[in-house]
Amino acid sequence: MKVNKKILVRALAVILGYALITVLLKSGMLNRQYTSLLVPIGVNIMLAVSLNLVTGFLGELSLGHAGFMSIGAYAGALFTLHTDLPDGLNIIVAMIVGGLMAALFGFVIGVPVLRLQGDYLAIVTLAFGEIIKSVLNALKFTNGPKGLSKIPLLSNYQHYTLVFVVMVITVLIITNIVDSRHGRAVCSVRDNYIAAESIGISVSRFKIMAFVIGAFFAGVAGVLYAHNVGIIKPTTFDYNKSIEILVIVVLGGMGSIRGSIISAIILTVLPEVLRGADNMRMLLYSIVLIAMMLFNQSGFKERMMERIAASKQQKAGE
Amino acid sequence: MKKVVSLMLIAAMTVGLTACGSKTEEAASTDAAAEETEAGEEAEGETAATDGEKFVIGGLGPLTGAAASYGISVKQGAEIAVKEINENGGVQVGDTTYTLELNFADDEASEDKVITAYNSLMDSGINALLGCVTSGACLAVIDQTYADGILQITPSGSAMGCTEYDNAFRLCFTDPLQGVTMADYAVDELGFTKIAIIYNNADEYSTGIMEAFVEEAESKGAEIVANEAFVTDDVDFKTQLTSIKATDAEVIFVPAYYQDATYITQQAKDLGMELPFLGSDGWDGVLSTVTDPTTVEDAVFLSPFLASDPAVADFVSAYEEAYGATPDQFAADGYDTVYVIKAAMEQAGSIESADLIAAMTEIQVDGLTGSVKFTADGEPEKGAKFVVIKDGEYTAK
Repeated sequence: MKVNKKILVRALAVILGYALITVLLKSGMLNRQYTSLLVPIGVNIMLAVSLNLVTGFLGELSLGHAGFMSIGAYAGALFTLHTDLPDGLNIIVAMIVGGLMAALFGFVIGVPVLRLQGDYLAIVTLAFGEIIKSVLNALKFTNGPKGLSKIPLLSNYQHYTLVFVVMVITVLIITNIVDSRHGRAVCSVRDNYIAAESIGISVSRFKIMAFVIGAFFAGVAGVLYAHNVGIIKPTTFDYNKSIEILVIVVLGGMGSIRGSIISAIILTVLPEVLRGADNMRMLLYSIVLIAMMLFNQSGFKERMMERIAASKQQKAGE
Repeated sequence: MKKVVSLMLIAAMTVGLTACGSKTEEAASTDAAAEETEAGEEAEGETAATDGEKFVIGGLGPLTGAAASYGISVKQGAEIAVKEINENGGVQVGDTTYTLELNFADDEASEDKVITAYNSLMDSGINALLGCVTSGACLAVIDQTYADGILQITPSGSAMGCTEYDNAFRLCFTDPLQGVTMADYAVDELGFTKIAIIYNNADEYSTGIMEAFVEEAESKGAEIVANEAFVTDDVDFKTQLTSIKATDAEVIFVPAYYQDATYITQQAKDLGMELPFLGSDGWDGVLSTVTDPTTVEDAVFLSPFLASDPAVADFVSAYEEAYGATPDQFAADGYDTVYVIKAAMEQAGSIESADLIAAMTEIQVDGLTGSVKFTADGEPEKGAKFVVIKDGEYTAK
């Protein structure tokens, strides 16, 4: 009964969220600036949640998430540019192609770096992201530094339903993985890999699994990004982009899917809200970011959470 | 139950955030824009005494991030022009006098940020668009400006696709045209037949110029004896230079930005190479970064604007007074673009976007970067200006 209630609440939140966006969009209440943020929010949620699987649950710092995103974006864009399927089918197949390509690279990077942990792994993933960038720069069919342009806008704000559905599916799948037996194994690798190994959990297998799944959804997010913007260049996916995604994850809390979603929304909308501040915009953004990070780690927040938990318990006792 | 409440609260918060943002945006759009211009140029508030209508020019360019210097230059150059025009009584269109106003939004030179930046400008209401400053952002936004049917003039977006649609024009040379112009000059005027090239293969500006240069030079019978590549942020060019040294090259063509040119010329001298250099318009500013001006002596590059030119002295002094810096070509491009928009308004006799766009092909503007006319394709027709470095000074060729 308890489980059902949880599912019900989540379903309700999803439906409410969708209804809200639809009403805002159709009634024209949302201006153009914020309308054009809908897809980036969805993409950032997907990126953050998938990175959270690697960083938050597996406990490995990955600085190459933008690399996986770029593979997905390029694979998906090349697919739609060179095929002639009907639009709806085209983008769906492109997402699968992009996701699988990224997952393949996730596997390729996952295998050799298995022995590495912590900082070492972080540097390897950083290097991996740079390699992808250089290769995309050098290849002919990716059009070198000019990148791909004229990508059909199959996932812009007019197709927000598609983006919303894909986003929800991503979050659902990753939440379910985390809640499953595999997910607990992944968490055990994070908490103490020696203990995990001693009870028969194959550390390497779960590491690769988390990496590949994270890469897959980053790739899908990349496809949506490419078909929203219409132009992709290797420089778009440099390590700054990886750091951006990491910031979202850290702000939302490592290992908190809900946190990732909320912070993805906040961090995407915030720079636009601050547009009125003109020259001070990026400064204000950084200050707000610092303030939010401090708040997240503060005793005040902890006490607040404790009080909420206590009152919940009290209620349950009644 | 708590969970539901908290979820609702979160939902409400998000809505609040967005709705709040949009409301203030709408209500304060004119205020904010006015404030922005006032903050940007204090004098404007005092001089805007003409009580005509307002014509808002939206600007898009990077004001933060790695490419910020270009965007800031364009913005400041455009502000000087707007101030000048308003001080001289604004723009007379038919019976109405329009005061110009610049509303410049930061696009961070990013393809995804530029779309929201452009939409925020459209929300606040603009009559014409000056932008984007960088090619990538420009390519990302042209579909939308075309759908809106607004006049778009890019001061410095040099990629071919920037002017794909009828509503888009450009003030600068395209990359390929610059390559062709330099090749013509190197082969026809200077008589070089064996040319070496060092270019940045991770940069579309550099590769764009290089490809056109090679094609044109070879068609004119010159030989490319070496074509060496580097990538952004490289500081060691000895490998490339050494392999060029082994050839019988007569000149080295470096289509790159001045930071790269600084390293390349210095290291060429260190290797004892005496070859002359040819550059692209990205070389502008090289004299302020070289430690030894003799390394770039006699280098020739294309530049639409030369701050030491007496013809542009008024602009240079106005700019120096306002911002305490010498204007570069981006500032001049921004300045000229505002005057192009003014000319289009006067020619069209209306401020409707369609009339402005139609008028663009009928105007001729004598700007800082030369006298310019526009073709129906959106390309500028103007002469190339060459700059040669003599005795550590930029001089017009």
